[in-house]
Amino acid sequence: MINFTEEQLERYSRHILLKDVGVEGQERFMSGKVLIIGAGGLGAPAALYLAAAGVGTLGIVDGDKVELSNLQRQIIHFTEDVSIAKVVSATQKIQALNPDVKVNAIQEHVCASNIRDIIRGYDFIIDGTDNFAAKFLINDACVMEKIPFSHGGILRFTGQTMTILPDQSACYRCIFSAPPPRNAVPTCSQAGVLGVIAGMLGTIQAAEALKFLAKVGTLLTNSLLTFDALEMDFRKLVLRKQANCRVCGEHPIILELIDEEQPVCDLKNS
Amino acid sequence: MNLKINGEEIIIKKDNLTIYDILSICKVEMPEMVSVQLNGAFVERLVFASTVVSDGDEIDFLYFMGGGAE
Ligand SMILES: [Zn+2]
Repeated sequence: MINFTEEQLERYSRHILLKDVGVEGQERFMSGKVLIIGAGGLGAPAALYLAAAGVGTLGIVDGDKVELSNLQRQIIHFTEDVSIAKVVSATQKIQALNPDVKVNAIQEHVCASNIRDIIRGYDFIIDGTDNFAAKFLINDACVMEKIPFSHGGILRFTGQTMTILPDQSACYRCIFSAPPPRNAVPTCSQAGVLGVIAGMLGTIQAAEALKFLAKVGTLLTNSLLTFDALEMDFRKLVLRKQANCRVCGEHPIILELIDEEQPVCDLKNS
Repeated sequence: MNLKINGEEIIIKKDNLTIYDILSICKVEMPEMVSVQLNGAFVERLVFASTVVSDGDEIDFLYFMGGGAE
């Protein structure tokens, strides 16, 4: 049981007023631990809203530095932050927004050898990475560690997201059994993305994290939400956990993590 | 034949079409880059060309979307 200070009662008053959240839900946010992998387009809005909501511990993992071309969509980083580490820039904004939040800044890229240690101990993970190797790695690691997470991807004017409760709902590999050959699918750095699409998707992921912590509503499990902002068309596709899934199925064949081999495309180009 | 593709009712005046044919009719540029759900079950890529769809089937194409941070 958390004793709210006067300041906290005021800061979180709109949550406390909110039926289905209230004092109890706010307490759950404040004792919650959420890890955001990637302090980029998706991670930036997610981190800001989760910090504003008073989530007790926010982990931020990113090995990159802020670049000028990031600022079009990665709203946690400002012009003066160019060339400093993204986790440092993100930590400063989170602490300025809400000093109640404890930030764990991890200036690393996730890989097979470090990810399980990084994610362990968190209640919920947000995948805000920009490449398939990382997305599959996060999926497999979260399935193995049984940590719920939100998958997210954006491209051009479109986005997709789903929430995975390991052992209970379909995972990313239930839908896509393996990453596409490298360079077969364009990334945002090749095909572009409307900056605000990152905000639309990252805030949906943050909403899922808060719903999970507060134990309210229905999570985006066993369904893939896709949207096309050009037509403002949202669609929820119903999915099923696949018994033959390579990582969460009845007879999984992925029993340990490996870094996806990178040379797939180099073969194609040579 | 009436099909529901990505949630939309579509009438195709041909029968005996495979998943592979449907992908080409729908102008999916790189069939190897989509996951296909037929009536709620995923179809292995290896059998796209031998899986025949029938009237009333529901087909969903799921695309890889990789962006996020960078
Ligand atoms: Zn699975």
